[in-house]
Amino acid sequence: MGVVLDRAEVSGAGAAATSSAAPLLSVRDLSVSFNDGDRWIQPLQNVSFDINPGEVVGIVGESGCGKSLTALSILGLLPLRGCKRTGQMMFEGQDLAALDESGMRKVRGRRIGMIFQEPMSALDPVFTVGDQITETVRAHFPVSRQEARERAVEALAAVGIPSPRNCVSMYPMSLSGGMRQRVMIAMALVCEPRLLIADEPTTALDVTIQAQIMDLLIELGTRTGTAILFITHNLGLVAESCARMLTMYAGQVVEDGPVADILLQPGHPYTAGLLGSLPQVRHRKSKLPSIAGRVPSAYEMPPGCRFAPRCSYVQPPCETLQALLARGARHVRCCRQDELTLPGAEA
Amino acid sequence: MTEILSVDDLEIAFAGRSRGQVVKAVDHIGFKVHKGETFGVIGESGSGKSTLGRCIVCLLAPTGGRITHFGKDPFALSKAELREHRRSFQIIFQDPNSALDPRMTILESVREPLDVAGIGTRDERTLKALTMIDRVALAPELAHRYPHEISGGQKQRANIARALVLEPTLIVCDEVVAALDVSIQADMLNLFADLQRDFNLTYVFISHDLRVVAHVSDRVAVMYFGKIVELGPAGALMEKPLHPYTQALMSAEPEPVPVHMRNKQRVILKGEIPSALAPPSGCRFHTRCPLAVAECVAREPEWREIEPGRFVACHFAGQPVPAT
Repeated sequence: MGVVLDRAEVSGAGAAATSSAAPLLSVRDLSVSFNDGDRWIQPLQNVSFDINPGEVVGIVGESGCGKSLTALSILGLLPLRGCKRTGQMMFEGQDLAALDESGMRKVRGRRIGMIFQEPMSALDPVFTVGDQITETVRAHFPVSRQEARERAVEALAAVGIPSPRNCVSMYPMSLSGGMRQRVMIAMALVCEPRLLIADEPTTALDVTIQAQIMDLLIELGTRTGTAILFITHNLGLVAESCARMLTMYAGQVVEDGPVADILLQPGHPYTAGLLGSLPQVRHRKSKLPSIAGRVPSAYEMPPGCRFAPRCSYVQPPCETLQALLARGARHVRCCRQDELTLPGAEA
Repeated sequence: MTEILSVDDLEIAFAGRSRGQVVKAVDHIGFKVHKGETFGVIGESGSGKSTLGRCIVCLLAPTGGRITHFGKDPFALSKAELREHRRSFQIIFQDPNSALDPRMTILESVREPLDVAGIGTRDERTLKALTMIDRVALAPELAHRYPHEISGGQKQRANIARALVLEPTLIVCDEVVAALDVSIQADMLNLFADLQRDFNLTYVFISHDLRVVAHVSDRVAVMYFGKIVELGPAGALMEKPLHPYTQALMSAEPEPVPVHMRNKQRVILKGEIPSALAPPSGCRFHTRCPLAVAECVAREPEWREIEPGRFVACHFAGQPVPAT
């Protein structure tokens, strides 16, 4: 094995925010490895976090940091061959990692809903919207066709589609991008899941439509008490919709805590870097602080702190393995977190 | 200030699917761009901003009105003259992958415009291409790689180098940072600013991203459905948007600040962007506008200068839109 495992981080050390109520989903030491010919690479390493019932949690990071892989692992949608998943994912008292495919089928779409970035590739072009929602309903509930169709109409009405009765007999191609994403949300929520995983649900949409869809998601989540795991590269969306956020970098969680605290004063230099590199409407034409370099590939992970080669605060201790350590209500994976005062958001 | 580009009453129409059907992607718009400035164009998908960009660099001919480069109509030039003229007006596209030939090395791609133009000897061209590759901060060893061997940000740098080798006056940047991660995007925006200073470049910077446009531009035009609805200096426009659509765009932009530090009102537009085949009557925005009254449906608002340098097309320009 060509992978250096993070031994500094024993099980439980990376425990996320504690809460009096039992978490809905509790991920512990989730790692994913892929077989690439003669060696294994590990694009996801010891990811641990909790989601409480009804909570909206955001995951941010650049492409290639493992955000989507985390979602796919929870849903059991990793490729069957050449792929190894370890760790524990307790969801409503059941370990998802221990479930076989038929067990996962009962969870996916029923207790955990999902929405992906590109609605057109997630919808089947040769079936009507109604057929596709009805199929989801009938896969999980013993109801008649008519009953399932009624539920589909109700779900479409709930996501604000005008004349839902007409919409059920339409094909995805005749809908706009925003409408397709509403259909995806209707399909994800029709079985009243306890958790909704939304992977970049608005990235393909225009900004005014994005605002509509985000408001809809959060409103529906609040009304039905559904927890949302919201994956995005857009820190602004996390600020507006999430209570807690995780920053992921190179396959690890590097920061975890309440959104407002993190935005005001990021604990990890990478979170601060993401925040700083956003162009500001108020500071026009100034030089943007950027994060030098790029996310390392799984083949060339730095041995110590994975962010060290790009970090402007790097010092000798950063060459050692970093653990995700508690800091108040937050967890930060940075050995210099107590000495650093990193710039946060400006009003 | 030297006027480089002038767009007068420009119309670009395409034939629709059925006979006689016409889609006006750009509908009678006008503005001028001066030497050394960055002219930002912001709009959502379908607003006609990319069509406008392609017309500016003569990739599309107007169906009405005209564009002039340095006061001359480029479409009146002969084919050979146009080919020479094109060197000064370059465009960079959004997708760095599809803009590079996968079978050419980065060096070959960057040198290709010089080869086509037949400038200097082959060695001189290679040297010039290598200089430009260095100038856009691409490592020299990447020059001999193929596009699939380098990252998206590096490919976009190669595209910039390719646009720069012919020493253009104006570059149309069409969503050049949309496909990049924020930290790479920041690097790229810094590079654009450096190049503008060093080569005295003029940019027409097209994007759907309000932050990006606001950051780089001197003046900004807001497009909606083929029309420019508002035009003005970037600072003033962002500080106090006059058109209800601009106000809605700004309020829809998610801010990365905690809830208690936010001071803006949220305006959420209802409805969708209308179909290009059946544009709304009167003001194009009336179907989604929170301020719309009967007059907006009946009469198209005129293009007027409200303050010096600030133009807007709205019957109720400057009136704040109620928060939702």
